Amino acid sequence: MEISGGEEGAEFGGPRGERMLVPSLKVQDLIEEIRGAKTQAQEREVIQKECAHIRASFRDGDPLHRHRQLAKLLYVHMLGYPAHFGQMECLKLIASPRFTDKRVGYLGAMLLLDERQDAHLLITNSIKNDLSQGTQAVQGLALCTLSTMGSAEMCRDLATEVEKLLLQPSPYVRKKAVLTAVHMIRKVPELSTVFLPPCAQLLHERHHGILLGTITLIMELCERSPAALKHFRKVVPQLVQILRTLLTTGYSTEHSISGVSDPFLQVQILRLLRILGRNHEESSETMNDLLAQVATNTDTSRNAGNAVLFETVLTILDIRSAAGLRVLAVNILGRFLLNSDKNIRYVALTSLLRLVQSDHSAVQRHRPTVVECLQEPDTSLSRRALELSLALVNSSNVRAMTQELQGFLQSCPTDLRADCASGILLAAERYAPTKRWHIDTILRVLTTAGAHVRDDAVANLTQLIGGAQELHAYSVRRLYCALAEDISQQPLVQVAAWCIGEYGDLLLEGSCEEIEPLQVEEEEVLALLERVLQSHMSLPATRGYALTALMKLSTRLRGDNNRIRQVVSIYGSCLDVELQQRAVEYDTLFRKYDHMRAAILEKMPLVERGGPQVDEEAKESKEARLLEAAPVPTEPQASKLLDLLDLLDGPSEDAQHPRPLDPSPGGALVHLLDLPCAPPPAAPIPNLKVFEREGLQLSLSFVRPPETPALLLITVTATNTSGGDVTHFICQAAVPKSFQLQLQAPSGDTVPAQGGLPMTQLLRILNPNKAPLRLKLRLTYTHFGQSVQEIFEVNNLPVETWQ
Amino acid sequence: MSSVHIQVSLSVSMHCGSGSSNLLLLRDISSFSVRMNSPLGTLRSAWSRWLSLSHKMKCSFIEYKDFKLIYRQYAALFIVVGVNDTENEMAIYEFIHNFVEVLDEYFSRVSELDIMFNLDKVHIILDEMVLNGCIVETNRARILAPLLILDKMSES
Repeated sequence: MEISGGEEGAEFGGPRGERMLVPSLKVQDLIEEIRGAKTQAQEREVIQKECAHIRASFRDGDPLHRHRQLAKLLYVHMLGYPAHFGQMECLKLIASPRFTDKRVGYLGAMLLLDERQDAHLLITNSIKNDLSQGTQAVQGLALCTLSTMGSAEMCRDLATEVEKLLLQPSPYVRKKAVLTAVHMIRKVPELSTVFLPPCAQLLHERHHGILLGTITLIMELCERSPAALKHFRKVVPQLVQILRTLLTTGYSTEHSISGVSDPFLQVQILRLLRILGRNHEESSETMNDLLAQVATNTDTSRNAGNAVLFETVLTILDIRSAAGLRVLAVNILGRFLLNSDKNIRYVALTSLLRLVQSDHSAVQRHRPTVVECLQEPDTSLSRRALELSLALVNSSNVRAMTQELQGFLQSCPTDLRADCASGILLAAERYAPTKRWHIDTILRVLTTAGAHVRDDAVANLTQLIGGAQELHAYSVRRLYCALAEDISQQPLVQVAAWCIGEYGDLLLEGSCEEIEPLQVEEEEVLALLERVLQSHMSLPATRGYALTALMKLSTRLRGDNNRIRQVVSIYGSCLDVELQQRAVEYDTLFRKYDHMRAAILEKMPLVERGGPQVDEEAKESKEARLLEAAPVPTEPQASKLLDLLDLLDGPSEDAQHPRPLDPSPGGALVHLLDLPCAPPPAAPIPNLKVFEREGLQLSLSFVRPPETPALLLITVTATNTSGGDVTHFICQAAVPKSFQLQLQAPSGDTVPAQGGLPMTQLLRILNPNKAPLRLKLRLTYTHFGQSVQEIFEVNNLPVETWQ
Repeated sequence: MSSVHIQVSLSVSMHCGSGSSNLLLLRDISSFSVRMNSPLGTLRSAWSRWLSLSHKMKCSFIEYKDFKLIYRQYAALFIVVGVNDTENEMAIYEFIHNFVEVLDEYFSRVSELDIMFNLDKVHIILDEMVLNGCIVETNRARILAPLLILDKMSES
């Protein structure tokens, strides 16, 4: 490296000029040249020329200038150009006795060499020599490089050297050795045994650098092994003492930053205390006073103080702290939230999110401020505010919150839209005060952000509307108006088309108390649906919805059906095969089976959420009616009708041709063709009790919806017959890789005692390969004041769940 | 498990015709370089998107993929530190200021040109303060001591 500029240049002027046509540049000159380049191409030219020089110089093996060449190479590397040919030079420089050479060599090793390069192991020997025999500065260099790029083999080889350095008198080397030990433990966990004993002694040091490193080392050790964690709980009093000393020391020029003495060390100690105090009553008690002291005495006018305070709050919230202390922590967070500094607000929002599960009511108090933060232009802040707002929605504030969130949805940046939309829908589902409000909310979300909602929103809404009989007229009117305004939002169009198809007669009636009277002509409705069909914005699925809706309207409307018949026959030659097939079938319905049309296109029964569970008896009776009503169809016609059943999605099954419960794929076809001897529908799968402990029982019930044979729905039900409530109940599941698992939100996280309301949770498992099902469950909960964690595999899964 | 990977990068806006800003990476901690080098392009685009917001409205922490960027602006110079989730953001914010103060003391009112032309010294300072992503020394005098000795040795 150029330490003294001019003299070296003069030294080499002579020989340089003779050997090479162009004298090589000094580092400064190179930098200037690069900066002088006006375009990227120019810069590349300069650099390529220089790299050629450097390569030639490396080949020549000139020891005097090697460090300068490598320095230039490193600069070029930093700009992003390839520099791998300098790797061997690093080795040579490290081995050289001159400090300047070593300095550049080690720097090069840090930047150019890493585990993936073969050359890196070659420096192990050099490092070993430097660590044992070098001066302090050289030892420092070696330690720095080792801790940055040391691979596992290197660490094993050099562990003893580093251990020796830990006990050396010089603090300069020791602080670096401690952090190198941290790196070694990360690479080779077995070395923990080597580095654990010195920690206790190192904690007695007064040098802050060593203390900082030691605490990091202890944190690393504790995180790796619970035995170490137990061992280090003994030092909690000592840590408390160190922190107390830091707090009570007055202004010391050495460590004071903005009036706080060594905030970095304070933060590290607090982090370690957090790790040690978690889930451990005794340690937490020891820390209580200290934490209160830190929280109240830290000066919060500057950032350093706030950093320490923040760490304190995190620690208080994580350990088993006294109630008063927790309240203090939440209040501090509240103060942070009201602060005008954006950073502090961000930090407060993040912590409150962590807190919202356990201290919900405390966080609720700050709801207005959180909602205000939604308006922040900075995405980091608004994202956090969104997450927190969604977590704060509950049954009492759902209307107000949804209002705010919908306002946010209209103006929020695109990457947050999907989260916001699905959050609103989820909140609406959980806490909707009335069905009408629910429908309104979903409608609004679909209108504002239809493209970003999840796929099942359509199904949910149709199911919801279907279930709310009194709101049919209202829904169909609103949807009609929304559709008339805008046919581009696909989920909205799909739901609207379905609704108009189902309840078209209500739309035309003209009277409905809840909404302004709307005069709609038949022709308008048909025209609208045709527009949807023809629009280039409509997805194929949407067009399918529209076509089916048109067909259904043929029975609902009073006029003649010429227009509908026309459309249907036109689409009989549509290029989209799906659409074409449907159109042809509908056409056939008009022409040959007109007497059945009304029955087939009747209003649909309500579909159960999570797969149709049609009553068995009703099915059998309907099958009997089918046998009577239909003349024995010839095979092609039957297959057409069955294809009709195949095509219609889950919710649009019609009443008279129910799918049989037989889960195998070809079942439908076989079933109807076997008219005389219909096989009985499959028996429901029996429930399975999987877990029982101290009165808490977990049982699974299974459903295989017939039209999706790969899908298995498991409902986990938790009941509690003991005397104590089970709280913070979380159930997680794991399945083999070939399966897809989706866990829906549980009904709650508390199972009340004495046989109170059980908690249920739905698991959806997709098993396309029909592989044998294996299920592992993990439960965490608090019962009788103890936290329990159970992991177990569910045995005795009935074969019907996956076959 | 939760490790601090501090990567300090200096962004110096090059005063060339296009007015683009280059992100210069001073230090790639090895386990981090794999992640930082490949999405460099996307990092730059995220950076330029962010630059368009006005200063008062911005919070100093940017979330990028699964780690956070904490930055601080000093006139034309941006110092960006990438950390993972477990770090105390405000402490890192303070650390950046500490770093700049050290540079200030060494170079007496540091400017971007000082840093550009004395990269080796800046590397030495950084190595004194951060070791493999962990903060090792924050006291100005102790950080600069070896460097001053080195300077004295080379002068004599």
